[in-house]
Amino acid sequence: MSTSTEFPGPVKWVDDRLGIAKIGKKNLRKVFPDHWSFMLGEIALYSFIILILTGTFLTFWFKPSMTEVEYQGSYSLLKGLHMSEAYASTLDITFDVRGGLLVRQIHHWAAVLFIAAMMVHLLRMFFTGAFRKPRELNWLIGFGMLFLGIIEGFLGYGLPDDLLSGTGLRITNGMIQASPVIGTYLNFFIFGGEFPGDDFVSRFFIVHVLLIPGIILGLVTAHLFLVVYHKHTQYAGPGRTQKNVVGYPLFPVYTAKAGGFFFVVFGITALMGALMQINPVWLYGPYNPAEVTAGAQPDWYMGWLEGSVRIFPGFESHFWGITLSWNLLIPALIVPPLFVTVVALYPFIEGWITGDKREHHLLDRPRDQPTRTGIGVAFITFYAMLWIGGGNDLIATHFHLSLNNVTWFLRFAVILGPILGFWIARRWAISLQRADRDRLLHGLETGVIVRGPEGKYTEKHQPISTYEAYSITARDRQVPFEIGPETDDNGVRAPRRALNKVRARLSRFYFADAIQKPTAQELEEAHEHAHDSDEIHELTEDTETYREVTSDRS
Amino acid sequence: MSEEKNLPAVKAEEAHGAVEVAEPIPDPGLEPHEPRITDIDPKAADRVERQVSTMFGLATVLVLGSCVAYFAIPRDSTLVFGPLSGNANNMVMGLCIGLALFLIGAGAIQWAKKLMVDEEISEERHAAHSSPEQIAEITEAFKQGTAESGFGRRKMIRNSLIGAMGALGLPAIVFLRDLGPLPGRSLYNTIWAKGIRVVNDVTDRPIKPSDLVVGQLVNAAPANLAPLQEENPTEYQNAKAKASVIVVRIKPSEIRTKPGRENWGIDGILCYSKICTHVGCPISLYEQTTHHVLCPCHQSTFDLSDSAKVVFGPAARPLPQLPLAVDSEGYLVAQSGFTEPVGPSFFERG
Repeated sequence: MSTSTEFPGPVKWVDDRLGIAKIGKKNLRKVFPDHWSFMLGEIALYSFIILILTGTFLTFWFKPSMTEVEYQGSYSLLKGLHMSEAYASTLDITFDVRGGLLVRQIHHWAAVLFIAAMMVHLLRMFFTGAFRKPRELNWLIGFGMLFLGIIEGFLGYGLPDDLLSGTGLRITNGMIQASPVIGTYLNFFIFGGEFPGDDFVSRFFIVHVLLIPGIILGLVTAHLFLVVYHKHTQYAGPGRTQKNVVGYPLFPVYTAKAGGFFFVVFGITALMGALMQINPVWLYGPYNPAEVTAGAQPDWYMGWLEGSVRIFPGFESHFWGITLSWNLLIPALIVPPLFVTVVALYPFIEGWITGDKREHHLLDRPRDQPTRTGIGVAFITFYAMLWIGGGNDLIATHFHLSLNNVTWFLRFAVILGPILGFWIARRWAISLQRADRDRLLHGLETGVIVRGPEGKYTEKHQPISTYEAYSITARDRQVPFEIGPETDDNGVRAPRRALNKVRARLSRFYFADAIQKPTAQELEEAHEHAHDSDEIHELTEDTETYREVTSDRS
Repeated sequence: MSEEKNLPAVKAEEAHGAVEVAEPIPDPGLEPHEPRITDIDPKAADRVERQVSTMFGLATVLVLGSCVAYFAIPRDSTLVFGPLSGNANNMVMGLCIGLALFLIGAGAIQWAKKLMVDEEISEERHAAHSSPEQIAEITEAFKQGTAESGFGRRKMIRNSLIGAMGALGLPAIVFLRDLGPLPGRSLYNTIWAKGIRVVNDVTDRPIKPSDLVVGQLVNAAPANLAPLQEENPTEYQNAKAKASVIVVRIKPSEIRTKPGRENWGIDGILCYSKICTHVGCPISLYEQTTHHVLCPCHQSTFDLSDSAKVVFGPAARPLPQLPLAVDSEGYLVAQSGFTEPVGPSFFERG
């Protein structure tokens, strides 16, 4: 096969204008490592594309207007009722446009999946330390997309102007109103006056279909560009180093796998849209500020905020002619923003504590950094407790519990749960480190018990493969940040001494109790010791017989 | 970890994190590639080819099927599977298109996993930062550009430009002023006023004390609300969002009246704002025996027999009470509007 130096006609036409060979030669065979956990971001990306496609379809019929109309469509139960044009057109999409309900349901399922995928993707980044240098900015970009995605979802949820979404907006309106000084002004500017007014649907619409998707699209581009620039991270393993990336080429393997995966995600959301009902707005009726349904639930990603305001005790302060509603300020306007800020800045916080300024392309396993894993579990527990709080009424009714007790339990659990979660996860990770070390030093437990001539029982251990042993040891040997002497050789005091002391203490805490991988010497000694006492052993026919004999006896 | 032994802080910063100790196990390099059955057995490979093309072929059929369903299945027909039912048009179209998409994806992945070369390859990675030469080059170019523009030297130009750009932020905010009116006093008032009749919010009929039995709760509204619906639907919704009330009749002996409210009820009939003082949901779940009313949004619970004080949940204030009277025809009317703002708290509320 001779290598051609000229493109065929049509490709040449394009190349003459764009120089595609220059761009393509670097990227066509770009290597991506293979692991299931690397698909999570893909799911988010594909859901976003599905959202754009289905959302565009919906805008052909949706009328973002709060003008009151009398419903005359084919859903007989609401015929003749007064409602906003937005709600009426949502009913039309549902009942009179063929495929309308299907696409609306795919859109909603894809939205739910989009945010879930981003969140799980974020957890994967967190627990594997993929956010470390040089990827801190991509962490922030991803975080920005998650944040915008949640707002985007909430705005979309508000558009149909049904009873449930109206209630959600009423709650949001009440929360905004609690902001000190600007609360009422903010509300009047957002809603064009008093709630509900007749402006929010058209305003939310343009933000929902243009502004936020536009920003997310820009961020997706930047996010992917950085993935290409930094090259994908990989898990430690034989032949996988900080200086390479091992996997399959973009063309053809990843073109087929990732491209195929898009269709799989789209197919599954389409099947969900076909078979699983979501947000049946026709059952709720048009928004009426004097009505509400019991057991009302927001979309899942708003649940933690809902829970936060549900479980917080009611108190507010009145002084100097002003009101401070602590029952909303703390659970809605202070704690959630603080929490997300800590999560967003975590790469910088951890980097400061560990003092680690190196580039990292090999991923940690959660056990490799017990404190980080503990912190992650604490975050998850905190979020989960609030999220459960968002359904405290449903938990109470389904499990026949007292609503008040459920709420009181959560008031404590939201503080104690994360501490407990942190502690358990951290110890768990350290135990796994110990198990790894044992596996390395003593080999694999075979379950074969041998009785020695002197009557001593020992278990046969089988050495693990070099590949596995290397994978286990291919992680950093880490030590805490050290503060250095108080004065240098010339007797000048080191600057920022107090801050550095705190930093050193945090760093010691961060690496406390972690089990270091063995040194070459330790490993050698362990193996020698093993040979002495016959501990590590290749399984032989002989030992196999032993096992059969022992199992017969038991 | 005695401090004398440690390196100075700056050096420690560079060096610590990784301790250079010989790795216990040297990198054995990539694991040898294990051929798949499809690499060895051409029959297996052919079988996979047939599988993949069957999936793609089936997808084509299903895509066409979804288009047939679009026209063939009436918009309002339903499919029933035991207790479950759904719109037939929606379901069949969705099933066809969903399965088709899934099969295209599954086929492509199967093709990649079973037939495409699966030997892992390695690509070199480089540090993200620029090389010293690149840094020198760009620094030089930037210095030259700055010098040529005189941006650093002509401070007046620089400062006035910064000023102008900063000023541009102002119209970005100011021009949004007309997004809404200022709140003014609107949150303090409702359309309730002296002599306005209390009407049932479904039938719009005025209510006589004798219409209510002990234990009964009625959702009500001011009589001047309904006419607004035709006149100005937006005003109607806004007014309703503040003026909705509940009227409840409780055995007078079970009522604990707050001082100053002795004449606000009529024979145990009390009227409260229906709008929760937490974030403004309409409260709706009433328990006769305890006189508790619960907001379904966040479960704030109010005791209607005790001036609607909060007994549980996140609300911090009792529901405002509307003083009642009876007019000359014997219907319930308001003695006045609410004596405090209804609904959720706000900063300037006091």
